[in-house]
Amino acid sequence: MAAQVASGAVGRGLGDRLILSATIGLAIVMLIPMLWAVGLSIKSNAELLVDTNSVLHAPWTLKNYADIIVGSQVFRWLLNSIIVSTGMSLGVLILSSLAGYGFARLEFPGRNIIFVLVLFGLAIPEQAVIIVRHQLFSALDLHNTYPGLMLPGMSAPFGVFLMTQYFRAIPVEIDEAALLDNASRFQIFWRVLLPMTLPAQATLGIYTFLHSWNDYWWPLVSGTNERMYTMTVGIAATQINFAESAGLGYLMAQAVFGSLPVLIVYMFFQKYIVRAVSGAAA
Amino acid sequence: MVTSVQATVATGSSRESRAKNVRGGVRGRWSNMLYVAPYLSLYVTLLIYPLFAGFWLSLHKADFFGGSRFVGLQNFVRLFHDKVFLGAVGNTFYFILLTVPALALIGLALALALNRTTRSAAVLRGVFFSSSVLSVTIVTLLWRVVFAPDNGFIANLLHHFDKPSIPFLSDENLALPAIGITTIWWCLGLPMMLFLAALQQVPRELYEAAALDNAGRWKTFWHVTRPSIRRTFALVVIIEVVLQFQLFGQAQLMTLGGPNNASRPMVLFIYEVGFNRWDVGYAVAAGQILFGLILIAALAQYLVARRKEAF
Repeated sequence: MAAQVASGAVGRGLGDRLILSATIGLAIVMLIPMLWAVGLSIKSNAELLVDTNSVLHAPWTLKNYADIIVGSQVFRWLLNSIIVSTGMSLGVLILSSLAGYGFARLEFPGRNIIFVLVLFGLAIPEQAVIIVRHQLFSALDLHNTYPGLMLPGMSAPFGVFLMTQYFRAIPVEIDEAALLDNASRFQIFWRVLLPMTLPAQATLGIYTFLHSWNDYWWPLVSGTNERMYTMTVGIAATQINFAESAGLGYLMAQAVFGSLPVLIVYMFFQKYIVRAVSGAAA
Repeated sequence: MVTSVQATVATGSSRESRAKNVRGGVRGRWSNMLYVAPYLSLYVTLLIYPLFAGFWLSLHKADFFGGSRFVGLQNFVRLFHDKVFLGAVGNTFYFILLTVPALALIGLALALALNRTTRSAAVLRGVFFSSSVLSVTIVTLLWRVVFAPDNGFIANLLHHFDKPSIPFLSDENLALPAIGITTIWWCLGLPMMLFLAALQQVPRELYEAAALDNAGRWKTFWHVTRPSIRRTFALVVIIEVVLQFQLFGQAQLMTLGGPNNASRPMVLFIYEVGFNRWDVGYAVAAGQILFGLILIAALAQYLVARRKEAF
């Protein structure tokens, strides 16, 4: 997001300031739900039952956070989310790099038609396949297992498409030079080309991780055992019995706790995350 | 997601001849397939097979426990007479109408306002994108306590001005708009970033020329910016249509499709029929219809992406 472009000439101070204030106002509206949740999470549940306006004044407490750490499964869910998202990301990176190299550099019977068929997969929404996939995983006894949660994400063709494009953009002269040095095909892939694709690996890895972390439908129908909930599904489970739950403050503490990992990662890798998400869309 | 497909296919063939030199003959042709085989096996098992098995299954009256009998197109006929399904289709289109124009226009406005190098613009961009990294279950939790009629944030505000609270999520006319607001809040970051990327591509000289002509803010936008981002605008609209077609979690967690089916989208219908009623043939048939609609939108995206300049 470099290079100032739109502002044009000087002497528009007032207009600029008006736009800036309007934008800041909108940003505050944007932050209200988050701040409201944080506020509720540091109040006692009893006080919130009487009046939630009490958020604005003391006493505040961290008891809700202590309660979720001691009395709920959040750490288990956190661990599940980390395992599933990391596993899925690694899987996607490995499969996509191999396949991308294959499609971009090697020739084999039916290569072009196979590649077009893989691209066709970009248009298949999860909803069109989820029920048969669910039956298949039942038959294979994969529900409530880590592979069961990871595998569907690895079948999405986006990574293969991205890596193929990336490998194609690398000049063939680099392969030729390595071939003259008697490098094997796999050595060229592993030692020469793969390190050059690191930016694409980062984009794809971050995109997959975030996607997996926030995925809701598949873990909802596949990881139905409470011990196998991901963070996303666990938080859904606690809010379904919203009214009779442990209390508003407790729920909000869980929401804040559950969003911290991604928000922290977002703060440090904002540039990469934005690039990954918008790159995947367009 | 189909955007650059054509470009890829095109560059593929032009590289062919050079790749041949590199490889040196036809040695190891089949073995080259080993690189793509691991992915392909997953792709076929988990995407292609379920898709085609789904076509077959949608012609059956089938339950979860394996009982199944061929009924031809009866599931589809039933869908077109199912008031709940037709309502869900209507809700889905209404929801797209509620969210997509707002997402595109607010996203564009934010991009125009924040397309500068100042520190404050960077921070604000970060704020507007931050909600996009949250999961749907957290987003709905946050918004439920904003909308809650007895102690929610909006209710508190209204009480402050001695107004009665509004039951957003239990009012037939307000449930879907409330889900729409939640969704706009959640999804705003992506259109903003796509527009920002497009604005960076507009040549600086054009703005300098406009400034020399003493063109005002609005004139500059209309004659310089607007023509350069038309294609992006069309792409953003289509991308968001495809995304919002798939509305599921917000409705499932905030209203369960109610009250009186007023906020049930197609995907929630598929989920309920498939995973609560276990009427899987019927659910898959509804999924095929959704797939068809998304395919039309994806085709539009492909066509827009293809005509680079003509727009």
